[in-house]
Parts: sequence; structure tokens; C-alpha cells
Amino acid sequence: MLDQIRDLYQEVVFDHNRNPRNFRVMEDANRKIEGFNPLCGDKITLYVKVNAGVIEDVSFQGSGCAISTASASLMTEIVKGHTEDEAQHLFDLFHRITTGKNDDAVNLEEIGKLAVLSGVRAYPARVKCATLAWHSLQAALKNEADTVSTE
Amino acid sequence: MNKVSASQAVMTQNPAHSAPSAASLKTRPNSVGYNVAKLREDFPILRQTVNGKPLVYLDNAATTQKPTAVIDCIRRVYENDYSNVHRGVHTLSQRSTDLFEGAREKLQQFLNAKHSHEIVFVRGTTEAINLVAQSFGRSTLKEGDEILITAMEHHSNIVPWQMLCEQTGAKLKVAPIGRTGELLLDEFEQLLSPRTRLVSVCHMSNALGTINPVKAIIELAHSRDIPVLLDGAQAAPHMAVDVQDLDCDFYALSGHKLYGPTGIGILYGKEKWLEAMPPYQGGGDMIRRVTFDKTEYNTLPFKFEAGTPNIVDAIALGTAVEYLETIGMDAIAEYENQLLQYATERALEIPQLTIVGTAERKGAILSFTLERIHPHDIGTILDHLGIAIRAGHHCAMPVMDFFGVPATARASFGLYNTFEEIDILVDGIRKVIEVFG
Ligand SMILES: Cc1ncc(COP(=O)(O)O)c(C=O)c1O
Repeated sequence: MLDQIRDLYQEVVFDHNRNPRNFRVMEDANRKIEGFNPLCGDKITLYVKVNAGVIEDVSFQGSGCAISTASASLMTEIVKGHTEDEAQHLFDLFHRITTGKNDDAVNLEEIGKLAVLSGVRAYPARVKCATLAWHSLQAALKNEADTVSTE
Repeated sequence: MNKVSASQAVMTQNPAHSAPSAASLKTRPNSVGYNVAKLREDFPILRQTVNGKPLVYLDNAATTQKPTAVIDCIRRVYENDYSNVHRGVHTLSQRSTDLFEGAREKLQQFLNAKHSHEIVFVRGTTEAINLVAQSFGRSTLKEGDEILITAMEHHSNIVPWQMLCEQTGAKLKVAPIGRTGELLLDEFEQLLSPRTRLVSVCHMSNALGTINPVKAIIELAHSRDIPVLLDGAQAAPHMAVDVQDLDCDFYALSGHKLYGPTGIGILYGKEKWLEAMPPYQGGGDMIRRVTFDKTEYNTLPFKFEAGTPNIVDAIALGTAVEYLETIGMDAIAEYENQLLQYATERALEIPQLTIVGTAERKGAILSFTLERIHPHDIGTILDHLGIAIRAGHHCAMPVMDFFGVPATARASFGLYNTFEEIDILVDGIRKVIEVFG
């Protein structure tokens, strides 16, 4: 009966929710941003260390639902070591898999584990949970104001 | 069907659900005289499945479903009687005017107001509070004056006052609540100062369910000549409200939470205040005579109803309160209280569950959190089981901050909910815990 829900809550999601990776304060971050989803009160603080256009380190803190925590955790894993441009490209892909139509072809290999979050597209009310971390990253890379909101 | 007891009737309607545990059957009260199965037939929307399961609608604090009487009323008026009000000599205009003013009288009776012109039609609670803030507040408040609210208010009873404070230099004071979600009345009293110009508190909290001791609040305020606004958005659907007995100065409510349409609500105001207050908006209907030099305002309540009002929804709100009166607000209150007690008992069987809001006097709202599971995830999984609850901050972020949670899950009950639905909710919560391991 709860089979369908497993499309959204895959094991990887549970795993990252229970043990979020890179879940720590980064003292020597050169970008720090607060992400906020006013709809549900989810908050994350994202720390990024960028050096010569490369994301050397990224970490986060905060409280959120399983989807937003897992998404933030997966994001920190996947963008680390990439250039800012590459991260932007990943953001675009992620946006497409979480909001796009089913026939919107995305190279799933390219996005790796992020694909587990594609199930969120069937839950429009939850898309913002999945994209909060990514919007925060984008703002951090653009050095925008220190708070982003999904609204 | 009518002869079957409420619980049996609903059980046969929901064959897909497994039988509740024996323990729950034992404690389930027997609600004699309140035929919920029959009442459910009045609400067409409840007869559906969601995600393959019979809908269990437990989001009544956000908004309530509409009985056929209300839906039919809207259709009937548009098909037979509709025209603009207060301005035509023709038959339809007269009929619409009579229906519209008739609805005002129904609302007057429902709240037991002294005069029907003390009932102002507005969009809802939010607009009612903004009206008082901008009309009463702006015309009377000076720099250094104070408005007193509580720490359990909905954003719509916070933000209009903050805006007013910015405009006038007045200060917003907030009376604290305790761990059970009850107002600390002593501290409230201490915050009543010679500069307090208005007290604005919720009659019942939407995030916690707390029913405030409004009579005591009003007595304390009135002994210092301070008027009191009650935000009745949550209380009005759950209990009989008598504004003369309460002696409140203003009472705000929303039609859509009262089994009526969206986009319509009521501001009750004592005649003496409404007379003294300047208009809220300018336009047609609120004037008696307009020249380019000077405009004479219309009498109450039209002074506060600029422009073409939400005619048909006002009429349908009249039908909604008539419908509620045929059931009886006291009967509804008693039945919902049994639902709440049962839900509370059953929820406490779940060790991972914490109830947020445990005031002694509570309306039918069960706000809760589960260990290590975010309310959003609870909401999504319950939705899969056909159960509609709300997950979030319930437009009361300061309340969430006070309890140190980002959000809660909230099941809120209405006149048509059943004990079986509470069993389904509790089984659902257990499944959420199971899925999350
Ligand atoms: C206590 C309380 N006050 C005010 C409101 C605002 O009502 P509306 O959105 O209908 O104007 C609500 C609705 O959520 C409420 O629960």
C-alpha cells in the first residue's frame, strides 16, 4: 500500500536523512548563506569554500524534512571538487529532474545519486523542500544577500 | 442508514480500512443523540477516495467543507435572485438586498449581537482585524501608546498591529504563554498599562487549540477602560459565541472556517465604536452624499462596506450558520470535545509522539510532533493514506519558536469527523513511524 511512497522516500533518502553528510559548521568558509522555506519553516545554513573558481568544501547545518535534509546532504557530496560553472550545470539538471516532465530527457548518469530525488516531481508541494539547498548554493556562489527564501 | 449508529454507518462506508484495535473500541465514547453518519451525508466532498483510500479530512482549522445547503444556496441565488444590492428599484435588486440583509440578521442572531448594523461583512478574519487596526487604531493611537496581544496569535493578529505601530509610533506588547500553551493571565494583567489602547487576542488558538479565558481577559481590560478584539476565526466553528455575554468590543470571524464560502467573513463591533470610527475604504455604498468638497458617510454598517460586497457568499454564510443552528453549537461543541479527548488518548499510545498544546481548555485541535520525523514527511505519507492534515507553522511562527520546533503536524476536527477517522489517523501515524524505521 505504501509502495508508491517509496518513489519519493527511497532508501538513499532515508540514509542521508538519518546520517547527513557534511553536516557541520565550517569555520574557514568564505561564503555562508541562510536558506529558508517560509512555507514549512525549514532552515539551512550553507557553508562554502571557493578557491579559484573551485568548490573546495561545502557543508550545511539546519533542520528540515527528510527530503530537504537528504537533498542538501547529497548536494554537498556531489558538488565538492567541482567548478562553479559545473555546479551551476548540476543545479540546472537537478531543477529539470525535480520539476520537469517525464519525457524531459536528462542524462541520469551525469547526475548520479541525485536521481533518487526525481520522485519529488509527483509532489508539487514538496519540490521546494528538494530545491532549497540548491537555491542556497546558487545564491552563495553568486555572493547574493545572506538569506534566500524559496518564496 | 439513519437508524444505524454513527460509528457503524461509517465503518461500512470505509470497508478498505482495517478494523481498529480492541483497545480503541473500549475507550471510544458513545455519542448518543448526535447522528454523525447522517450529517456526513450533507457534505458531498467527503464521499470520495484520495489516493485510493476514503478521504479522512482532518484539516478543518485551515478550512471546513461545505454542506449541500450552502452549495445549493449559492446556485439558487445566482439562478433566481441575483443582482446588485442597495441600489436598484427593480425586483431582482430588491430580492438580493433582502437576502443580503437577511443574512446579516442571521449572523446577528448567531453571535447574539444587539443590532444587525453591528455586523460588517468583510473578506474574512484578516480583513476584519486590518479594518480595526486601520480605522480604530489609526484614528486613536499616538506615539508611545500600546496594543497588547498574546504569544499564541496567528500572523493575521500580529502583522496588522505591527503595521499600525510603524504608522503611529505605538508599541506592540506580547503577553507570554506557558509550556502547556496557556496564556499566563497574571503576566497579561501586568502588561495592561495606562498606555494600552487595545487588547487583541484569539478566542481559540489555531496552532495549539487553546481556548483563552476571554471573559477574564475582557474584565481585566474593561476595568481599565481598554477595548478588546477577539479573533474568533477558530472559536466560532466550535462553540456558541454570544458577543453580548462576552462583552467583547470587536469579534472577527471567517466564513470559510464556519462551513460557509471563502471570501466572506464578519467583523462584529459595538455600535459605539463603529459609530466613532472613520471609514476603512472609500467608494460606493459607504457614502450618503458626495460632492467634490465634502463627502457625507453612510450609516452603519454601510460606512464600512465600500463597493459592491460579496453578495452571494454573504447570503450563503447566512445559510451556513442556519445549518449550524439546526444541529446546535452546543451539541457540536460537546461532540467535538469527545473527539478531541479520544484523539488525545489514542495519540498518547504512541511513545514517539508529543502533543504540542496541552491546555486544560482546548478546542478540537491536535498539534503534534514525532521523534526524528519532520511534520512535512508525516503529512505526505498520511496523504497517501487518504488522510488530510496540515503540516507547517500554521501561520504562527512565534508559537513554533516558543516550543522550539520548526513545525508541527496538526489534525483538526469538525462536526462531521468520526471516532473511526481518529483510529485511521492513529494507524496512519504508526505507518509513518514504520516507513521511517
Ligand atoms: C486564529 C486565526 N486567526 C486568523 C486567521 C485568518 O483567517 P483568514 O485567513 O480566513 O482571514 C486564521 C486562519 O487560519 C486563524 O486560525
